[in-house]
Amino acid sequence: MTVARDLASITKYLREEELPHIWCPGCGNGIVVGTLLRAIRELEDENFLHQDKIAVVSGIGCSSRAVNFLNFNTLHTTHGRAIPFATGIKLANPEMTVIVLSGDGDATAIGGNHFLHACRRNIDINLVIFNNYNYGMTSGQYSPTTPHLALTKTSPYGNLEYPLKITEVAIAAGASFVARSTTYHVIHLKNIFKKMLKHRGFAITEVLTGCPTYFGRYNKGGSPTDLMEYYKKNAEMVEKYKGREFPKDKIPIGVLFEDPKKQEYTDMLKELSEIAKGRVKVL
Amino acid sequence: MYRDSEETRLVHGDEAIVLGALDAGIKVFAGYPITPASEISELCSQLLPKYGRVFIQMEDEIASIAVAIGASVAGGKAMTATSGPGFSLMQENIGYAVMTEIPVVIVNMMRFGPSTGMPTEFSQQDVFQARWGTHGDYEMLVLAPSSVQECYDFTIKAFNLAERFMTPVVLLGDGILAHLREKLVLPPTSRIKIYNRKKPTCPPEEYEPYKPDEKLVPTLAPFGTGYKYNITGLTHNWKGAARTNARAGKEIVERLHMKFHKFREEFVDYDLKGHPEAKLVILSYGITHRSAEKAFKVLTNRYYKVADLKINNLWPFPYEFFDELPSTVEKILVVEHNWGKYYREVERYALKRGIEVHSLTRYDGTIISSEEIVEKAEEFLK
Repeated sequence: MTVARDLASITKYLREEELPHIWCPGCGNGIVVGTLLRAIRELEDENFLHQDKIAVVSGIGCSSRAVNFLNFNTLHTTHGRAIPFATGIKLANPEMTVIVLSGDGDATAIGGNHFLHACRRNIDINLVIFNNYNYGMTSGQYSPTTPHLALTKTSPYGNLEYPLKITEVAIAAGASFVARSTTYHVIHLKNIFKKMLKHRGFAITEVLTGCPTYFGRYNKGGSPTDLMEYYKKNAEMVEKYKGREFPKDKIPIGVLFEDPKKQEYTDMLKELSEIAKGRVKVL
Repeated sequence: MYRDSEETRLVHGDEAIVLGALDAGIKVFAGYPITPASEISELCSQLLPKYGRVFIQMEDEIASIAVAIGASVAGGKAMTATSGPGFSLMQENIGYAVMTEIPVVIVNMMRFGPSTGMPTEFSQQDVFQARWGTHGDYEMLVLAPSSVQECYDFTIKAFNLAERFMTPVVLLGDGILAHLREKLVLPPTSRIKIYNRKKPTCPPEEYEPYKPDEKLVPTLAPFGTGYKYNITGLTHNWKGAARTNARAGKEIVERLHMKFHKFREEFVDYDLKGHPEAKLVILSYGITHRSAEKAFKVLTNRYYKVADLKINNLWPFPYEFFDELPSTVEKILVVEHNWGKYYREVERYALKRGIEVHSLTRYDGTIISSEEIVEKAEEFLK
């Protein structure tokens, strides 16, 4: 596909009048969002999704600003609370495809509690976490995923805290689809997004991206190309190591956990309603 | 919950609120356990699934109100219920609903604070938090029921006002009302007036969600109906796109106020009764009115010239009642269960009119008796 045709295939998902976006040069957010749109395009071509029935919900942060540029039913909410807002949409209209765009701070610090309980509840929401290891919008403070001893605006001598392992927490909390990819592996990422969107239940994809403006600048080797090189060298697809031990020094990417049999929340709600209607005398 | 004819029940305030919500057409209720509002959640979990509606218990009050707002965005009427500590947690998202103009009903059954305070003794300490608890510049619709019947009636009214004014509405009950059992008369379904928010009629490509209509409110299409647009807590243009500039900010703040002030007659609500040459007005709201009304009757039987004023919509302040007071009124006695909060607002307006305002308060978790009010009133009337 030529570049022009590729772009033309996703422009209907963009509010072109709202462009250019606000992200810095070298930021990975555009890659993540563009890849997500390509995945949506392919699924819409398969008649699996419909643009009018897609709600994209976000919180506060650089990645959350994406919804302003996206031509869906978009809800830009408060910091950390995108998941419960999205839950409300799904409860009121289970026909909607609900996607949440969130950063590492939004999803796992201020919104950490909602993240845990949404995993546990297994409601059909697709959560994309843009992990850039810091709070970019407020100019580079440390976040729950900032590596130990890394330098940020609020850890000028090195970060004392240890990073949260998002995917491991998601699996432990009961999410029924957990995946990871990076901004280098765009074809891989697109396929992961398609699998995520097709999964019925709470599905999360952690995308390792980069913030060259802040995190990269404070820490050596953080230019946009350095990060790409880093992911290229250090990320390995889990399916390559089936039946073998995954190397400890590599970052696993791919579908890390999947439980397609776990019942989805709104499906159970429908059943519950039937039980309640039959079992109890109607007032 | 269809009814052919009137039905009478003995229920408590929390239950009346749930029945009101069902009759108003609630689609989604989200809550988190807290005394004295837990019964609202419990009854919703029992009743809502029977009518194909949704109950969900969330991980906290922040999530509860977010679910309610999200459900409303998708076109379902939604409510959450809590008490003081939970109401404090909800404030940021209440501001979100104010800014984005999404209808939602928030029930706060007031208890004694600050902080954990005296669970579950009652108070009326949150009257100003209900008005301006979230940051920023806005007006809030706040209704205060004084009986179990009003818990039902005002819940329906709260939904209607939320849909009409495209705004969150607070139903400000209290710990006594929550658990007080009284007669509730449920009207036949045909007699219940329901207001539903307007839907767009133009084609999607011409649609501007935040373009104010003749009532100065936006026309928000439910998500998933083909009208794709953006909703943001940032200041925004008529299309819903984020615009953080002086013009957008000024326009939004002005409209968030004017959409109420131009149509005050649609929400201003109070009940005034008493002597046509009354010298003293006993002003109260919520459960306090029950003591005040009894005191009014006792005083009237003692041939005092006195009037009883019950405020039904606390905010925006219904100053119109001043125009209805007899010209003989010299004093207003504001009775409430806090340090004297509403009293100051009444005084602010009364000063211009040359009326003296006095405060009778109690802040120990127990309710003022009618005798106390009679005693205080007699000081002024003798």
